[in-house]
Amino acid sequence: MRVDWVEIATKCGHNLASRKMSPEMNKLFFEDFKLGHLGRFGPRHVTAEEIRAFAAEFDPQPMHLDEVAASRSMLKGLAGSGWHLCSITMRMIFDGFIGRAASLGSPGVNELRWLAPFRPGDDILLDVEVTEARVSRSRPTTGIVMFKMTASNASGQVLCEMTSPIIVQRRDAAAS
Amino acid sequence: MRFFEDIKIGQRREFGSFTFTAENIKAFAVKFDPQRFHLDEEEGRKSLFGGLAASGWHVGSVCMRLLVDDSQRQASELIARGEKVAVWGPSPGFRELRWIKPVLAGDTISFVSEIETLRTSESRPEWGILEARHSGTNQRGELVFSMLATAFVPRRK
Repeated sequence: MRVDWVEIATKCGHNLASRKMSPEMNKLFFEDFKLGHLGRFGPRHVTAEEIRAFAAEFDPQPMHLDEVAASRSMLKGLAGSGWHLCSITMRMIFDGFIGRAASLGSPGVNELRWLAPFRPGDDILLDVEVTEARVSRSRPTTGIVMFKMTASNASGQVLCEMTSPIIVQRRDAAAS
Repeated sequence: MRFFEDIKIGQRREFGSFTFTAENIKAFAVKFDPQRFHLDEEEGRKSLFGGLAASGWHVGSVCMRLLVDDSQRQASELIARGEKVAVWGPSPGFRELRWIKPVLAGDTISFVSEIETLRTSESRPEWGILEARHSGTNQRGELVFSMLATAFVPRRK
């Protein structure tokens, strides 16, 4: 039986009629990442329990584990590990768009700044902007998309900023 | 931990190693990075990584864990010698983080840190700022991970 993906997508409220009729049609390819603001993702609520659990495994410093020690530290209260915030950010972009992108992974992070501590009870929002998109010279079936990501809390305080490229398959390469 | 004055450019320290397993790779990925090549051996083999690969954030977080363990070891050594332990400030960030080669299930990564830059803070003269290159090498001697981390280090009074 031939599945009409365009019809299904249209019934689900998507206007994807110009795309190729294939099960891959909902996937995001290199060509879908236009310069500018891609979206705001979250909120992602963070609890004291998960802050302590991450810290116990990956960053067992007193200000990430213990309220009393944390209140005496420079962070002035229990705060999550910067690496925990990075990991949460990864999950937010996965849920936001990477999970349905033809992503081949990332070569790294050009720059990352931890600007303020994140706290138990914070609702984290993530703004993602595409600052650059170019076809890879060494692997022309892929493109490199540069993302600027800004994590902030509900009161609008910026917690973390980073610039990181992700390698994404080109649509034509996937079709051929 | 040491004070700013005791640290010199080019100082190198091996600060630990860690073996990534299919279980710890998947346990991290399920929570934070559930891309198919971090969760499933077959999907990993079909991907650019060529096998079940650890999330880059898992590798970075393991590097952090080993740094914390090492700093606690150094602090106990200083205390045992009757020396004063410096309390470093929270890190403002890093740059040039590179996931150079995939870290696959079964790989043991050994980490080294080398001091690259040292300067005093103009706005807060009681602090120094250093940049250290942390790098990870697998059991075949291949460089897999590198980053240039910034830290605030107290100066001796």
